[in-house]
Amino acid sequence: MKADSDKPHLTRAHALDLLKQMIRVRRFEGKCAELYTEEKIRGFLHLYDGEEAVAVGVIPVLEKRDRVVATYREHGHALVRGVPMKPLLAEMYGKQEGCSRGRGGSMHLFDAATNFHGGNAIVGGGLPLAIGLALAEHMRASDVVIACFFGEGAVAEGEFHESLNLAALWGLPVLFVCENNLYAMGTALALSESETDIGRKAACYRIESETVDGMDVIAVEAAARRAVHAVRASGKPYFLECRTYRLRAHSMFDAQLYRDKAEVEAWRHKEPIVRLQGWLETNGMIHPDDLSRIENEVAAEIAEAVAFAEAGTWEPVEQLTRFTYANPSVPTGQ
Amino acid sequence: MQQETARSGTIEMTYREAVREAIREAIKRDERVFLMGEDVGHYGGCYAVSKGLLAEFGPERIRDTPLSESGFTGAGIGAAMAGLRPIVEVMTVNFSLLALDQILNTAATVRHMSGNQFGAPVVIRMATGAGRQLAAQHSHSLEGWYAHIPGIKVLAPATLEDARGMLWTALQDPDPVLIFENVMLYNMTGKLAADAGAVDIDKAVVRRPGRDISLITYGGSLWKTLEAAATLAGENIEAEVIDLRSLRPLDDATIMASVAKTRRAVIIDEGWRSGSLAAEIGMRIVEQAFYELDAPIARVCSEEVPIPYPRHLENAAIPQADKIVAAAKAALGRE
Repeated sequence: MKADSDKPHLTRAHALDLLKQMIRVRRFEGKCAELYTEEKIRGFLHLYDGEEAVAVGVIPVLEKRDRVVATYREHGHALVRGVPMKPLLAEMYGKQEGCSRGRGGSMHLFDAATNFHGGNAIVGGGLPLAIGLALAEHMRASDVVIACFFGEGAVAEGEFHESLNLAALWGLPVLFVCENNLYAMGTALALSESETDIGRKAACYRIESETVDGMDVIAVEAAARRAVHAVRASGKPYFLECRTYRLRAHSMFDAQLYRDKAEVEAWRHKEPIVRLQGWLETNGMIHPDDLSRIENEVAAEIAEAVAFAEAGTWEPVEQLTRFTYANPSVPTGQ
Repeated sequence: MQQETARSGTIEMTYREAVREAIREAIKRDERVFLMGEDVGHYGGCYAVSKGLLAEFGPERIRDTPLSESGFTGAGIGAAMAGLRPIVEVMTVNFSLLALDQILNTAATVRHMSGNQFGAPVVIRMATGAGRQLAAQHSHSLEGWYAHIPGIKVLAPATLEDARGMLWTALQDPDPVLIFENVMLYNMTGKLAADAGAVDIDKAVVRRPGRDISLITYGGSLWKTLEAAATLAGENIEAEVIDLRSLRPLDDATIMASVAKTRRAVIIDEGWRSGSLAAEIGMRIVEQAFYELDAPIARVCSEEVPIPYPRHLENAAIPQADKIVAAAKAALGRE
């Protein structure tokens, strides 16, 4: 696929690839939830179940030289960006073979090789960082695009407003991707925003924006092509709101007292994998064999990742303070 | 690190001008360096540090920002991560609290948290300290808070040489460096070597040698401490004055060598006493040089109040030479 084209190339192969990427993220996280109950993964674990179409629709449109800033719900973004599943899962185990040497865990996946600038566990905290990455690219006159993902909860943060203003004021190549899943942890959008049409906030900063059905991967991809093309061509920011829904709990500690089971059920029927699969079936673009092949391939990849993470090793405690500073001779307190 | 001032002639200048020269040199020497902050360009810097630099270097490299401390500090961190060498100016340490998320949660953590894949070689300069009757939201000395944070370095240039020389070294550092400039120093005039340049940023220095007591301080309090030492000399007390220069990391070796010699220590710190940098230094002395001590360690810190507006109360709230003299004499049993 060529990222400089606005048109999605919806060949059978491409559609199946989109489906596979979403299934890959979904199955991987399903395994993560299992591993969490087995206490292989600890800390916070935020699953992307239901929102896969956003990462899968947006990230493959980016070029290798582009940069990605993500949130603490970023397993899908990392996988789709090309962070290999093995070090990704090892990271969640806390093993030193992990993509952040095991220091970050689920919320802090980093990978310099794919310009993946991290899961950030401060809501809104990634936006100023994206501004800075974009400022550097702007000052060196490159055509690199910074894709910055955040939830609608971040929209209430001052850093969101500061960052949108800076991006527009200075003309910086940031693609803001708002993953609007309707709940900031357990607080519904209407309980946290006076203006719930988030695209209008971008308009206030004179940033071109588009709102897309975030459960429709084909629509997301088409919008992402327009958006990335616009940012690369103009060097200016673009705001993409993807309306989506988180089907599982906020984290593994969430009893979901704030929403009805019926609401979740209703969204289950609209979720992106079911939706793409149904569309492919209706249009005769998928065979039962395709699905079993995808499932088998994904299952094999996950099994290998689990084996890799299990075989991983713990970083020696003697290295605890390593990389607090680049220079190992800088004392860290002793 | 002391310049050999005799060698090449000297130039009279203010501390402000020394900082400006440091910024000019850095921007000229390294195309990755730029200055960014509130009113650094058209206004010339709220303390006039960057006056004239916009005309010289243009708006890309002397970048005025909106009043968005978290936004532009984070932007500096991100730009550093992407290969540039930004100098971020925050008007005062009180305002830097609006950027604390980016400084602590991103700049200080990213190298360790990413397993050394990403770093943030940014320099963040800000004014600190009381003395200009700017009251309780512009006058605090919170550098000790920042010195609490692993992952960043914290500098307090007290002299023209350090104002001129620390910036370049800080910009070469692969990690974030915060530079605290005491507001009372900007107008300080002195002689600086014509060829003054980069200085180290990790060693404390003895600004005045002495055998009777160690007075350990930094930043704006250095000059009050030297004044106190001169007074003490009139009473046959030879105080050794240590300028910490770097608040993180602390140069324990210089501190302990001095205490081992004088056997008495007073720490002078414009931060509040409870949980202060002075407390940290005192504890380090206890840990590392307890048996060298002949008297309890003493501290002269700010009174634990928000810094008030009227001059007499402001003066009473922060360390002054007479308090330092009194604390030193008490430690020597010469009250």
